[in-house]
Amino acid sequence: MKPSPFEYVKARSMDDVFNTLERHGDGAKILAGGQSLVPAMNLRMALPEVLIDINGLSDLGTIELDGDILRIGALARHAEVGESALVASHAPLLAEAVPYIAHRGIRNRGTFGGSLATADPASELPACALALAANINLASRQEKRKVAATDFFKDIYETAIMENELLVSVDIPVKREGELYGFLEFMRRRGDYATAGLAAYASFDGDRVESMRLAFFGIGATAVLAPKTAESFIGRTIDQATIDNAVPKLNDELEILSDVHTSADVKRHLSCVLMTRVLSGMV
Amino acid sequence: MSGRVEITLTVNGETVRRTIEPRLNLVDFVREELGLTGAHAGCEQGACGACSLRVDGKVVRGCLMFAVQVDGADVETIEGLAQSGRADDLMAAFKRHNSLQCGFCTPGMLLTADELLSTADHSSRAEIRDFISGNYCRCTGYQAIVDAIEDVQAKRGG
Repeated sequence: MKPSPFEYVKARSMDDVFNTLERHGDGAKILAGGQSLVPAMNLRMALPEVLIDINGLSDLGTIELDGDILRIGALARHAEVGESALVASHAPLLAEAVPYIAHRGIRNRGTFGGSLATADPASELPACALALAANINLASRQEKRKVAATDFFKDIYETAIMENELLVSVDIPVKREGELYGFLEFMRRRGDYATAGLAAYASFDGDRVESMRLAFFGIGATAVLAPKTAESFIGRTIDQATIDNAVPKLNDELEILSDVHTSADVKRHLSCVLMTRVLSGMV
Repeated sequence: MSGRVEITLTVNGETVRRTIEPRLNLVDFVREELGLTGAHAGCEQGACGACSLRVDGKVVRGCLMFAVQVDGADVETIEGLAQSGRADDLMAAFKRHNSLQCGFCTPGMLLTADELLSTADHSSRAEIRDFISGNYCRCTGYQAIVDAIEDVQAKRGG
């Protein structure tokens, strides 16, 4: 058999999750969709002593509107997010991004919360969470807390989730009239991890940019915002001149790491191309 | 501790009960415990799609689930799809269009194509390619596979 042996705990309640997390510390791993964890286990790169399967906790899978917040449960599958009418009308950036996540069979199983908790630097949803100014809801037995996406992604595969905590849902401010978004990524083949990608969001006062978030992924240790570049658009229109003005700023601002396929220079170039294309085509 | 666990599930309409180790991947369970060797173990890390199976109505990677997770679930393998008659026209179209050579990818490809045909009204060639992009075929170049799916879609009135 491919993975090393582990104890399997089918969680029937949040208490089951917390009990097991408290008993085993970082020897325990949460099994949600398993689309990143199980390959890592098959390759024996991940060797958890205990797997806590949360797939039976159906309350964690809901997508709901709560006032001006769209709340996506940790267990919502990518395919469900991609097909949700609530997501399409209140967080259309996500509907745009989901088809880029791997392939159908993976999207049927992989989860929204799992993708954020895994924090793969080349995956789509962490960048979307940054662009959308999402808040991530974490729970332990003792407390519930909200972590802003900007404070959530710490390093490659590292997040603000503590050993005794579970990611339960994600709060996304609903899209307001006049806000624009865009999403694009370069990849070697359809469904592959991104060579470089960008999730962008902007609000306007008339035709002038009021706020902008540019979240790049696939270029460093985490998905990352480019606030200085975004700031160069504030109070101005998005046009060829402001985009041309922003490109050297982006070149300076991004800290880029090479990966096995692509040099940092190419990723830097691609990031500038992405910004130009995404901002020119925002809807 | 990694003790063996008893699971009860439905596989291709029949109730199955087995005692297994939690670390047994679902595709290995159907192949080795149940002798249903239509689903193939290819890359075993989620890339190739040869291990595709349907769990509770959705096509998933058999190598990225553990058998212990399907306790109580309804699993359909390519053997079940073939017996159901639901994909007779699809299988005939694959044969007619030469949509397979070695056949290693075919069970997963058929399950994925079946999901597309049963969920989408009409798909363009680009959409068909996109939908099957998670099922690798190293023989055909995909052209004939897309031809077959498009053919069935047209004949079913899509």
